[in-house]
Amino acid sequence: MTVAQKTVKGVLGEKLGMTQVWDADNRLIPVTVVQAGPCVVTQVRADETDGYAAVQIAFGAIDPRKVNKPMSGHFEKAGVTPRRHLVELRTADAGDYELGQEITADLFEAGQRVDATGTTKGKGFAGVMKRHGFHGVSSSHGAHRNHRKPGSIGGCSTPGRVFKGMRMAGRMGGVRQTTQNLTIHAVDAEKGLLLIKGAVPGPRGGIVLIRTAAKGA
Amino acid sequence: MQKFDALDKASLRDDIPAFRAGDTLKVHVKVVEGTRSRVQVFQGVVIRRHGGGIGETFTVRKISFGVGVERTFPLHTPIIDHIEVVTRGDVRRAKLYYLRGLRGKAAKIREKRDNVPAKAGAAKTTAKKA
Repeated sequence: MTVAQKTVKGVLGEKLGMTQVWDADNRLIPVTVVQAGPCVVTQVRADETDGYAAVQIAFGAIDPRKVNKPMSGHFEKAGVTPRRHLVELRTADAGDYELGQEITADLFEAGQRVDATGTTKGKGFAGVMKRHGFHGVSSSHGAHRNHRKPGSIGGCSTPGRVFKGMRMAGRMGGVRQTTQNLTIHAVDAEKGLLLIKGAVPGPRGGIVLIRTAAKGA
Repeated sequence: MQKFDALDKASLRDDIPAFRAGDTLKVHVKVVEGTRSRVQVFQGVVIRRHGGGIGETFTVRKISFGVGVERTFPLHTPIIDHIEVVTRGDVRRAKLYYLRGLRGKAAKIREKRDNVPAKAGAAKTTAKKA
């Protein structure tokens, strides 16, 4: 168990959308703009009390009347106004955080590698070509009304059943996904914006968690 | 209307002259060779303008040594030193893909004639060139 050995920094934010910018060498960079923070620390988990070290951060405005009693008590304990989203980050340096501490976009700097976690766009009930990247069936050569079908899904009397986990059509998207090793292109600390090179999961207005990359240097 | 329009505004250029498909342009492009940088001119007919905002692009077509060459530039790219409008073309379409199938005189685009006396119009174009 070598969890929580690393120091992880993270911030919750809202995905604003994608655009493009030119870098110093006049190359075109596609960037995702994320309104990161301001987040507040609502709880600090310690080995002695909780069995693990982590920091809990909260983000997003919410009407205090909509917050139930247990949650409003939790926020009151931290001495902050209620927020909409809560997330925990396991990090070795959790002890350095204080309750109510603000976390903003300037946590990160340009050039840093980060992971972005969000909920992907829902695609509804999707077939195997879209959902799993199957190649489908020939569009001609006598193919009869089975252009986008999966084909065979198993044997006959051996095994006499369809194996578990067989990839088929079904609900696609709307699941939590992490894109790893994205580069921070720029940080606008004044407006609290992060410009992340490349795409980030989720629709515009979706909540994303940006944290230091788990892999890579 | 995006929430980060202000961000795009920083990279938008305001020194782009008005032009449309059919116009002949001289695009002065900055070319970096090793450490040296110089300006190269790409002259040709605009065959399309595509997209809007920061992502808008335009395509210029020219015939180079008998071979058609098309180059697509982002409108707001910093590699463009400046753009010169040489002539305004008289065309009825926004996308002039049909020029690809034409050559020689057939691929020529008539110059736009303004509704002003010919002399004044001529004076105007010469003034523009200078």
